[in-house]
Amino acid sequence: MKGKWLITVLIPLVLLIGVLGWVLKNGAGVEKDPAAPIEVLNIERIKVTKIGFELFVSNTGPEPLTISQVMVNDSVWNFNVAPQAKLERFDEGKVTISYPWVEGDPHTIKLITENGIISEGEVAAATLTPEVTWSNFLNYGLIGFYVGIVPITLGLLWYPFMKRFSRKSINGILALTVGLLLFLFVGTLADGFEIGAEAPSVFQGNMVVIIAASLTFLLLIGFDQYQQRKQEKKGYSPFGLALLMAAGIGLHNFGEGLAIGSSFALGEAALGTFLIIGFTLHNITEGIGIAAPLLKTTPRYRDFLLLGVIAGAPAIAGTWVGGFIFSPIWGALFLGIGAGAILQVIYVITKILIEDHRKHNEASVSWLNLSGFAIGLLIMYFTAFFVKF
Amino acid sequence: MSDLTKTTGYKMAERLLTEFDYGKVTKLANGQILREYEVVAIDKEIEIAKGIKFPGWTYNGSIPGPSFRCTEGDLLRFHFINKGSHPHSIHFHGIHPPEMDGLTSIYPGQNFTYEFEAKPYGLQIYHCHVLPLARHIHKGLYGNFIIDPKKPREPALELNMVMNGFDLDLDGENEFYTVNGYAFAFMNHPIKIKKDQLVRIYLSNLTEFDLLNSFHLHANYFTYYPTGRNDNPSQFTDTIMQCQGERGIIEVRFSYKGIYMFHAHVSEFAELGWMGFFEVE
Ligand SMILES: [Cu+2]
Repeated sequence: MKGKWLITVLIPLVLLIGVLGWVLKNGAGVEKDPAAPIEVLNIERIKVTKIGFELFVSNTGPEPLTISQVMVNDSVWNFNVAPQAKLERFDEGKVTISYPWVEGDPHTIKLITENGIISEGEVAAATLTPEVTWSNFLNYGLIGFYVGIVPITLGLLWYPFMKRFSRKSINGILALTVGLLLFLFVGTLADGFEIGAEAPSVFQGNMVVIIAASLTFLLLIGFDQYQQRKQEKKGYSPFGLALLMAAGIGLHNFGEGLAIGSSFALGEAALGTFLIIGFTLHNITEGIGIAAPLLKTTPRYRDFLLLGVIAGAPAIAGTWVGGFIFSPIWGALFLGIGAGAILQVIYVITKILIEDHRKHNEASVSWLNLSGFAIGLLIMYFTAFFVKF
Repeated sequence: MSDLTKTTGYKMAERLLTEFDYGKVTKLANGQILREYEVVAIDKEIEIAKGIKFPGWTYNGSIPGPSFRCTEGDLLRFHFINKGSHPHSIHFHGIHPPEMDGLTSIYPGQNFTYEFEAKPYGLQIYHCHVLPLARHIHKGLYGNFIIDPKKPREPALELNMVMNGFDLDLDGENEFYTVNGYAFAFMNHPIKIKKDQLVRIYLSNLTEFDLLNSFHLHANYFTYYPTGRNDNPSQFTDTIMQCQGERGIIEVRFSYKGIYMFHAHVSEFAELGWMGFFEVE
């Protein structure tokens, strides 16, 4: 009996292998040479060095390909490919070009394969790619510290002021937090798509963002329900909620750090005072958001410290990763996770708000809550003016 | 760029530099010379720069096509067979009856004989004249057509140079510029010349997509005869320009030994392949 049951699973499997084998051997009957050779050569990263450029490339097309010529700014140039010019499918290689690049100038690099397929890479503004040295490491860390930890801690310092608020005002602040988070959610998702689009198409960067976001969201909710059932507890402790928010915002700030770090590394942005001020204003609101769930409790100082570090420190890690080892597909993954985490926080806070108002027989979309929500969105929108580059 | 291996593409460019097709010669009853040429249009992949293949449309398997050569007054018959995948034709420059002008498409598998008397003497060109014109020319269907004057020119080292370009991604802009179809051909293998020897270059421009091409010689001056006519006003210069279809003869002697560069005086073209050396010994 058991054997029979096993056979029912094996029959389709064996047939499948048979069909695939037949197609592989004889073709699908619609065999036709592609009209143009399909070659996909990805330029994953361009490093600007003292003697020229180093391009990290991969072949993500269906066939092997050979890099035959290189042009820099419309001029044929000498080059070297390690380990060799012919790349099998999914092979990676490093193209080294000696070139007297000009500081701050845009440089377009074309790699031409044997079949005349052109892959273009751009250095928007040539400047030495930062090497991983102690001083660079510290400098990048400092950028992350300025845009992450400083503003969030400053935001948390409003806690004593908000503490005197009435229950309804506290709910208004929570609604404001939902507005902030909604803005962050959409922004993080959009950043993820933008970075994901730079990844080789075979990895489908956009799908990575969506999968990461939805799985993170559902896993967090599932974990939450499991915890509640296990502890017979009603919802989150206020500190637990703040912690959750800090973690979600932390992932968002990791993405922000990633973007900042890589644009400095690519010479696309300079860390002006203006930008630091912008990020401080923009991220200070994140501190307010994290403090909001704690208003009915008496937290300790070290709780704030912990929250500030969880939400802000990932920005430091982000600038390091973005500055030294950036790869679009990992960026897309992190930003997707961040978006999912933020969405879950939105869900939890909204639920708390609705339940609290229901308990007191009030409408949850009150004027106060609506204004809070709107103000949250608008604060984010206008402070973002400082940091869009 | 600095590579000394002689690839297929280089060998084609080198062969076209000095090879002239005089046709199969017979004498007619009236004493006139008859020259018969075989021209086959065929799709062929051409190496246009080291390691880069270009899916070309060719006359007799090279880009540019063969340099047909005859003397003024000869009777010419070009037996054209289209073995390519598209309709083609041969449109010759020169003076001939309009029905021999190559405006009619010869379809794949068909053939046609163009017959006319060679005139006037000078440097002519030929190319396919089937629409869309830019595509048929850019794909490689063109070449030089030399009609020698009845009184022969002074003996010289004769070189054939067709300036052209190749657009790989079909964006209407050339990726490579070449002479005789191979980027940097005479850069790594300079053209050898004897000191004080007369050098005659049959130079034409069949570059598609760009308005002009040019020829500049370093450290020397040359005499330029537009369209290869001695009766045209000539120039003594080191740089000339040609629009598409324009051609002329360059005559030059080198009085110092050494390496002389020549290239398009459009920096972009030069750096994308149209650059070479003469080596005077
Ligand atoms: Cu044609």
